[in-house]
Amino acid sequence: MQRAVKNTWVEIGGIVLEKDERSPKLPDDTQQVPLEMRVKGFLLSDAKIGGAAEIATPTGRTVKGTLTEINPAYTHMFGSPIPELSPIAKEIRVILAERGKAS
Amino acid sequence: MSAESYPAIMDQKADIMRASVGIDYAKYTTGPLSFDYEAMLADTGYDLDAIRDIQARTAVGDTPLVELKNLTELVRAVSEPGKGARLFVKDEAANPSGSFKDRRASLSAYEAKKKGYPGIAAATSGNYGAAVASQAAKAGLGCIIVQEAFDSQGIAQPEIAEKTRACEAYGAEVVRLSVGPELFYYFLIVLKETGFFNASLYTPYSILGIETLGHELALQVKAREGRFPDMVVATHAGGGNVTGTARGLIKAGAADTQMVAASVDLAGLHMASDRDFNRKSFTTGHTGFSVPFSTWPDRADVPRNAARSLRYMDRFVTVTQGEVFYVTEALAAVEGMERGPAGNTSLAAAFAIARQMDKEQIIVVQETEYTGAGKHPLGQLNLAKQMGIDVRRGDPVENQPGKAIVIPEHPSQIQPVEMDLDRIRRSYLRNALDSLAEGESVTEADVAFLAAETKTDPTYVREAIESHERKKR
Repeated sequence: MQRAVKNTWVEIGGIVLEKDERSPKLPDDTQQVPLEMRVKGFLLSDAKIGGAAEIATPTGRTVKGTLTEINPAYTHMFGSPIPELSPIAKEIRVILAERGKAS
Repeated sequence: MSAESYPAIMDQKADIMRASVGIDYAKYTTGPLSFDYEAMLADTGYDLDAIRDIQARTAVGDTPLVELKNLTELVRAVSEPGKGARLFVKDEAANPSGSFKDRRASLSAYEAKKKGYPGIAAATSGNYGAAVASQAAKAGLGCIIVQEAFDSQGIAQPEIAEKTRACEAYGAEVVRLSVGPELFYYFLIVLKETGFFNASLYTPYSILGIETLGHELALQVKAREGRFPDMVVATHAGGGNVTGTARGLIKAGAADTQMVAASVDLAGLHMASDRDFNRKSFTTGHTGFSVPFSTWPDRADVPRNAARSLRYMDRFVTVTQGEVFYVTEALAAVEGMERGPAGNTSLAAAFAIARQMDKEQIIVVQETEYTGAGKHPLGQLNLAKQMGIDVRRGDPVENQPGKAIVIPEHPSQIQPVEMDLDRIRRSYLRNALDSLAEGESVTEADVAFLAAETKTDPTYVREAIESHERKKR
């Protein structure tokens, strides 16, 4: 099990509301899952992934939870070009070029 | 995670809000339904000059107005002779955190600092979070942003993931939550625990901060063209953008400029649904916010929402996700401006509306937003495909929110759908009348208020009240 030492930048998570504690006014699919939370900060003492952990957040709050990630990555990206978008630039330039010829 | 239950915290809502916003909303009440909107805004003590001055200190505002000559040519290529208005855009991506939201955050940060709050917090998954974080960084204030960020499978919406990164880059603490309106519950816990200022999107500070945008663009067009624009199109969600921009236009003297609200059509997708969460390729500027907030602004996190869009809009149109992605490509391809798709919602609407207007007319799209990984057509459409959404070229009328994103095959296919403002106004009035407490009835002050709220007149309001009462009987 991966361990992180005190002062490491980590993410912790936990359940804020179990499904039976949630707002009564939810769609069925949302009602069937708990409300979860994730927050990042610096570990206050050594912890291991999946184990209890306590962090100091950037505002100095102390938050307890379960250690989910060590030095958590940003994984959002552009990804592959979208074939449905790729030809648009050329198509528009053709329309403008034809209009230029006509005027 | 908290010792206090959902109902226990929600019961403290009024007290927590009063402490965190510092406004006694009750004192503006003038009738069972009415309140003194202008006094609520004026009592902040900030006039347009003061706001401009505060914003200038952090390089907010004074953004370029760009004429989109090539897109205008494209409009004219698909218009009747003599038609095709000139398109301009206010390049709000030039603000410090990359969107017009800096204007909204600037006064809240200034007020929080002035009143000695230790920090500012906001419940937002969008550009506003980055704006609050950026302003907090400049002011040396602590900052907490609470986001609705991922579904029960742990899949983050790419646009929100980018906002998490941006907020953290500005030094903010970002609390990410799974899907659900109880985000507000956690937000109240944060406010109670920290004593931070609530930089709500719906306070007077947030709305007054946008007035400079409308004011600036009116004067920029006037200086360049010798007259005010014929039309301004604003992306519409919670109502602040439309409200603040229109108020700024009026203050500049451009009261005859038509104000058009534009939203992405996400009809059929439930905003609190865990399943639908990642089937939306837009996280704001869509009908999931704009319709409920137009028809009942006081659903906001503060008792009296300062964003009251029905007071100001002359038209309300919707566009499809595919149309916005198409126009985003076009803006990059022929104007050399790569900007985020959400900010281009109003551009898609303006593009189509310009076709019906005369060549001499001027239409201003009042914002752009920055772009980046996740906050981009590629990131959004790659996720859409992963979620099983059919992405294809075709006629955008075939677009089905959550099922099919249809990218136009030709610019002539971009056709916004007109929302029936009469229906929206009647829906607002029904909601207002339904909010009356048992035994209360509508006063003369209420009728005048409701007429202003709906940009109608007392006769219209009285007729709607009678019709509502007939239906109840």
